[in-house]
Parts: sequence; structure tokens; C-alpha cells
Amino acid sequence: MSQILKLRITWLWVFLIVATIASWEFGHGLGFGENVRLSTTAVLVIAFIKARMVILDFMEVRHAPLGLRLALEAWTVLVAGTLLVLYWQAG
Amino acid sequence: MRAASDPRHPHLPGESGVWVFILGDMLMFAAFFIVFMFYRSEDVALYVKSQLTLNQHLGALNTFFMLTSSWCVAVAVEAARGARPRGAQGWLLAAMSCALGFVIVKFFEYREKILAGFTLTSNDFFMYYYMLTGLHLMHVLLGLGVLAYLWQCLRTPAGDTTLRTLESGASFWHMVDILWIVLFALLYLVR
Repeated sequence: MSQILKLRITWLWVFLIVATIASWEFGHGLGFGENVRLSTTAVLVIAFIKARMVILDFMEVRHAPLGLRLALEAWTVLVAGTLLVLYWQAG
Repeated sequence: MRAASDPRHPHLPGESGVWVFILGDMLMFAAFFIVFMFYRSEDVALYVKSQLTLNQHLGALNTFFMLTSSWCVAVAVEAARGARPRGAQGWLLAAMSCALGFVIVKFFEYREKILAGFTLTSNDFFMYYYMLTGLHLMHVLLGLGVLAYLWQCLRTPAGDTTLRTLESGASFWHMVDILWIVLFALLYLVR
């Protein structure tokens, strides 16, 4: 069991769970009071930070050839960016 | 056993063919996410009203199952690299249990929605809800098969080929996790 606790991925898992609880709270409109747009922005940013952590450390893309890492970093940034722009553009 | 932590020697986890599949799948889902958000921005009221009927607790529970399952698979890969195939098998079983938990929760969630009268044809939000979560669920079921196959592979002593297969399957499973992380935010939490 102590070996498991020494693994970086284990602490990452703890962080991912805490981040999920945080974004769940934002989903209930907490954190930014009545400002739904800021809460949603936080929800989306947290989701893509979580996705990036899974990509880099669970998938081990951190140590993969540069091309693959760049492709997946681009995926994260472009998808998150597009979703945020579309969200903020809505009336 | 190969260590995957030396930055001077990049290491592609698994087969390159699997990565072509993973990247293709992620591009397809990226398009779906963007299409969903585009149509949502055209009728925010309908999407917000429909979303309020979703069970966020079940969505969050399934996020817990997916993240935990993904972590178990990552620990299994570590165990196999450390020449502990029995340990790796145990972690894979734990991962499969979480995946099964996800499927069961999804079943009850769909049941709850259908009994309440929300189906694929109710409105645009529910069409995307069923289509996206359904497509993801198919990936989970396929992933369960992949995890079972990996478990089977570890019955023989883990050589380089077994490790490569394990990494391929693990990468696929982590992708299923990533897609759910975004889906949970997009369908259940974005307001």
C-alpha cells in the first residue's frame, strides 16, 4: 500500500477527485454567487485541466514523442477555447 | 523492463496504430462537443431547462468511477513494469469493477429519464444527451472487453510484447476517461 502512495499518479487521482467536487459545486452555482457565466467558465477550465492531467500522466504523454504531445496539447487548448468562445457569445 | 521516465528518450506508450485510433476518436468527439455548444448557444433556455432534469449526483458518481478506473489501470501498468503481473491483474479487476459500476449507474440514469418521459426525440438537448452518452457508453463497453483481454494477457509472464499491449489498452481506457470528463462538464454542469 505504501508503494501506491509513493506513486505520482495516486496523488493525481486525489487531485482529480477534489477538482471534480469543486466543479460540481460550481455547477450548482456556488463559488461565484449568481454569476452563472463565471461558474461555467470555471467548470470548463477545470474539466480541461483534468483532461490534460490524464493525458500527461495517466496516458504518459508527458514522455511520449513531441509530435503526439503537441497534438494532444493542441486538442485540449483548441477544444476548450472554442467551447468557451461559443459559450460567451450566446445571448 | 522499460522505464518511461527519461525525457531524453521519448517513449510511445503502446502501438502507434492504437494512437491513430485514439486521435481519430478524440477529433470526432471534439466535433460533437463543439456542435453541442454551438446549438446550445442558439437556444440557451431550452438547454438549461432540460439540463435541470438531469441527475447531477449520478453524473458525479460516474465521474468518480471513471477517474478511479483510469487510475487503477495506470497503477496496473506500473505493477506490470515492476514485474508484478498478479498485482497488475488485481488492479485491472478493480478498474473493471469501476467500469461496471459506471455501466450500472448509466442504466439507472437512462431508466429514470425514460420513465419521466424524456427520450431521444423529446428535444435537441435530449437528442445530444442520448447520442453523446450512448456513444461514450459503447466505448466503455468496448473498454471493458479490452481490460478483460489485458487481464488475460497477464496470465503469462509479462514480456515486452505484453507490456506494449497493456500500454495500448491502457491508453484507450484513459481516452474513455478524458471524454467523460468533458461530457460531464458539458452536459451536467455548464449553465
